[in-house]
Amino acid sequence: MNSARRLRLRIFRITVFLVMGAFFLVPIGAMFEFSTRGNSLTAPRTLDTWTAIIKVPDLVQAISVSLQLAVITSVAMLALLLPTMVWVRLRLPALRRIIEFICLLPLTVPAIALVVGMVPLYRWIKINVSESILMLAFAYLVLVLPYSYRTLDAGLASIDLKTLTEAARSLGAGWGTVMLRVVVPNMSTAILNACLLSVALVLGEFTFANLLLYENLQVAILYQSFVSAGTSIAVAVAALMFAFVLLLILSFVGRPRERVARAEEAA
Amino acid sequence: MVSSSSGASSRPSARAGVEVRLEDLKRRYAGVTALDGLSLTLAPGELVALLGPSGCGKTTALRLVAGLEETDGGRVVFGGEDVTNVPANKREIGMVFQAYSLFPHMTAMQNVAFGMQLHRVGVAERRKRASDMLELVGLSPHAHKYAHQLSGGQQQRVALARALAIKPKVLLLDEPLSALDAKVRARLRDEIRRVQLEVGTTTLFVTHDQEEALAIADRVGVMQSGRLEQLGPPMTVYSRPATPFVASFVGLTNRLNGVVRDGAVEVRGTRLPLVQTDATNGPAVALVRPEAVTLAGEGDSTPGPLNGTVIATAFLGATSRVTVDLGDVTVLAQLATSDAAAHPAGTRVRLALRPDPVLIERDEAAPDHG
Amino acid sequence: MTSAGIPAVKAAARPTGGGRRLRLSWLGVVPFFAYVGVFLLLPTVIIAAGSFAAKDGSLTISNFTSINQPYLVKSFVNGAVVSVVSALAGGFAGALLAYAVVTGSPRGLLRRAVTSASGVLAQFGGVTLAFAFLATLGTTGVVTIFLKDHGIDIFPNGVWLYELSGLTLLYAYFQIPLMVLVFLPALDGIRPQWREATESLGGTTWHYWRYVAGPLLAPSFLGCTLLLFANAFSAYATAQALISQGNLIVPLAISNLLTSETGRAQPGLAKALALSMILIVTIVTVLYAVLQQRSARWLR
Repeated sequence: MNSARRLRLRIFRITVFLVMGAFFLVPIGAMFEFSTRGNSLTAPRTLDTWTAIIKVPDLVQAISVSLQLAVITSVAMLALLLPTMVWVRLRLPALRRIIEFICLLPLTVPAIALVVGMVPLYRWIKINVSESILMLAFAYLVLVLPYSYRTLDAGLASIDLKTLTEAARSLGAGWGTVMLRVVVPNMSTAILNACLLSVALVLGEFTFANLLLYENLQVAILYQSFVSAGTSIAVAVAALMFAFVLLLILSFVGRPRERVARAEEAA
Repeated sequence: MVSSSSGASSRPSARAGVEVRLEDLKRRYAGVTALDGLSLTLAPGELVALLGPSGCGKTTALRLVAGLEETDGGRVVFGGEDVTNVPANKREIGMVFQAYSLFPHMTAMQNVAFGMQLHRVGVAERRKRASDMLELVGLSPHAHKYAHQLSGGQQQRVALARALAIKPKVLLLDEPLSALDAKVRARLRDEIRRVQLEVGTTTLFVTHDQEEALAIADRVGVMQSGRLEQLGPPMTVYSRPATPFVASFVGLTNRLNGVVRDGAVEVRGTRLPLVQTDATNGPAVALVRPEAVTLAGEGDSTPGPLNGTVIATAFLGATSRVTVDLGDVTVLAQLATSDAAAHPAGTRVRLALRPDPVLIERDEAAPDHG
Repeated sequence: MTSAGIPAVKAAARPTGGGRRLRLSWLGVVPFFAYVGVFLLLPTVIIAAGSFAAKDGSLTISNFTSINQPYLVKSFVNGAVVSVVSALAGGFAGALLAYAVVTGSPRGLLRRAVTSASGVLAQFGGVTLAFAFLATLGTTGVVTIFLKDHGIDIFPNGVWLYELSGLTLLYAYFQIPLMVLVFLPALDGIRPQWREATESLGGTTWHYWRYVAGPLLAPSFLGCTLLLFANAFSAYATAQALISQGNLIVPLAISNLLTSETGRAQPGLAKALALSMILIVTIVTVLYAVLQQRSARWLR
C-alpha cells in the first residue's frame, strides 16, 4: 500500500470513529447531565433525582418485579431449553433443524404483532390462572428463545456431548445426574451467557408489558416521566448501566469459549 | 556474497521479455530490516527463482518489483526504464498470488478478460485472447466456471492466464504452488515453466521449496535475512553452495568434523578438496552431500575406510536415503534404490566419501589457527 | 418447571423394544413443543384466525378492507418511509463504520470494543433511547441548549424530534450497530489479494470498487439493509415512548387499537394489521436470507 493511500485511510478511519463516537456517546452523556440538573439551568449539580428513585413506591415495586421476572425467565429458559436440546442432540437428531427453526422464529415475528395474539391468551390467564405480573415470564421466554438457543447451541457444539453422556451413563449416572453434574458444568460459560442475555432483554422489555397491561420497569419509567422527567431518566440510566455491565461481562467472558467452539466445528 | 554474476539466459527459446534490474533495494518494517540492499538482474525472458526460508525477504523483493510496496532505497528498472516511482497499476506486470486471488463473482473467462478490459482492449479481441490464454493453460473446457467450481490447481492456472493476458513486461509468481497438494504441485510447476518458455516473459518466482526452485528456474537466488547468499544456475547452487547456509538450506548435508591442512580438509582419513581454497589450517566442519557418500558391504573387494551399521533406510523412489551409524556420529548416504537394497537395516557396511570439493564451516568462537 | 424433560428421559432410558423406545424418545421433547404450542403457535393462530373473523365470529375479509382507511394507509406509508430511510442511512453509516473497523488490526482492542458495543447498542431501544434523545435534542436538551447559546436554533420550524424525522434519527441509533454486526463478516471475506490483483492488472482504486469490491459486497449490503428495514418496521417501544399518541406508524396504530374503544368495536382489525406486518417482515427476512446465502458463496 502506498503512503498516500495509507494517509487517506487513516484520515477516513479517524473521521468515522470520531463522528460515530460522538453520535453514540453524546446521548448517553446527555442523560447523565440531564439527571443531575438542578431546578434551573444555573443551579448547582445535584443528585436529587437519583435519591428520589427510592421514594417512589411504584418505581421500587417495578424494579423488584422486573428483577424477579428476569430471574424466573432465565431459570425457565434453562429448564426448558437445555434438556430439550441435549435430548434432541442425543436421541432425535432429525428434530434439530425443526427446533432451531422454531427457536429462531420470534426474530421474524415482530413483538408488536405477537402481542396482539397474546392479548386474548393473557385475558384468559388473568381470569383462570393468576393475576400476578410474574405470569409475564411465559411471554418473555418467547422473546429470549432465539438468543438463548444460539448461545446454548454454540456451547453444546464445543463439548463432545455423546461421549460425555455415554461415559457418565456407563459409570452408573442417571439422566438427572448427567444433566446437572456433567453437561451443566462443562458448558457453564454458555449457560452464563444465555442467562445474562435473558436478564438484559427482560429488564429492557416494554412492548409486552405495556400492551398486556402490566407495570414492569420500563413501563413504570415511562409513567414516571409524566411526573418527573429527571427521576425517570435517572432510573433509565441506572437500568441501562446495569444491562451494560451484564453485556460487557458477557462480551469479554463469552468470546474465547465461542472461538474454541467455532474452531472445533471447522476442524 | 554473490558467487555468480548475472549471465545471459541459458534458454535460447526466449522471445519477448525485457531486462529487469533490481538495484540495491532496501525495505524496513517498523525498524526491522526486511530487505538489505538486494541487487539482481534478470535477463530478457529469464526465469529467476528467489529461494529462502520465511522472513528472508523474498516476498518483499517481489512486492517491491510489483510496486505493491514502496522502497526505502534503491531502484527497479524494467528494460532501461526506471519504474521505482511508478504505481503498481502502471507497471505492466502480471502477478500470480499464493491462492484465492481469482475474483469469485467472475467466471474463469471473465477473470482472464478483466485485465484487458482495464487496458481498454476491444470486446472481440478480449474474448479471443482470453480463450487463447485459457487454452494455453489447458482450461478451455472450464472457461465458464466460477472459482468455487474449480480445483486449487485449476484456479492457479486461471490466475496465470489472467496475469499473462495483459502481455506484461514482467511475470511475478508469489509462491503460486504452496497451497496445492504435492502431486498437483509438481505437475503445475512444469506447466508454469512450459507456458513461461512459450510466451518468453521475464519471470521472478518466489518460493520456499528448494525442489521447486531447482526444477523450474534458469537461475536460483538463495536469500537469508534480506540478503542474497548465492545466485547461480540450479546445478551450481546445489553442487557448489557458496555458503554454509546455502549448503544446508538447499538439499541435505552431513556435517562431519575434520581438520584443514594444505588446501584440503581431512575427514576420518579421507582428504576432500575445498571450495574455499584460501582456508587456514585447523579444525573445521566439512559439509558433505549425501550423494557423495558411497557404501559397500563388509565382504566387498573395494572396502571403504569407515565401518558402520545401517540403522534406517528411507525409500524415495528411484533413490533411497540410508542412515549409517559410525559410532560417534550418523551419516546420510543417498544411493540408487537398487544399491541401497543390498544394505538393509542392521547390516554392517563400509563407507567412503567421494572427493568432491566441499564447504567447511568453522565455530566462530574457536581460536583461529594460522 | 424445573427439569421438565427428566421424567420422560428416565422412561425412555429403560431397555425396551426398539419401536417402543423410539416412541418414548418423543416424550423428551413434549414440554418444549407444549410450551411453544401455547405461547408461540397459539398467538399466531389467534392472529391469523382473528384477522378473518367478524365480531360475531363469522368469516370475513372486512378486517383487511378496513385497513384501507386514510389514517391506517398513512401509518403504513410512514412506517415504510421511516424504515427505508433509517435502513439506508443506518446501512451506509454502519458499512462505513464496519469498513473502518476491518481496515484496522483484526485482533485489536478497537475492533473488540466496537463489536462489543454494537452488540449492546443494537438491542438498545425503547424508553431509554427516547429519553437519551430527549435529554440531547429535546427543547431543554444538552445539545439544543449548547447550540442555542452559540446562536444556532435547531428547531426554527417547530420541534421535529417528535415527528417522523426525529423517529428516523432515533432508529439510526440501533440500526448502525446492527449493520456493523451483520455486515462485518462480508467485509472480512474480502481478500487483500483481490485489490492487489486488480492493481497488477492495471486497475485503479475506482476500478477496484466499481468492478470487484462493489459487485462482491452488493448482495450482502442489500440483504443487510433489508434486515434493517424489517428491524425498523417492527420497532414499537421507541416510538411509543417518544410520541405516546397518534397513529404515526403501524405499531402505534396496533397499540391504539388494543387499548381503545375503536379497537374493541372491531377486534379483527388489530389482528389484520399484525398479520400484514408479519407477512411483510417475513418476506423481507426471507429475501435477506437468500441474499446472504448468495454472498456467502463468494465471501468465505
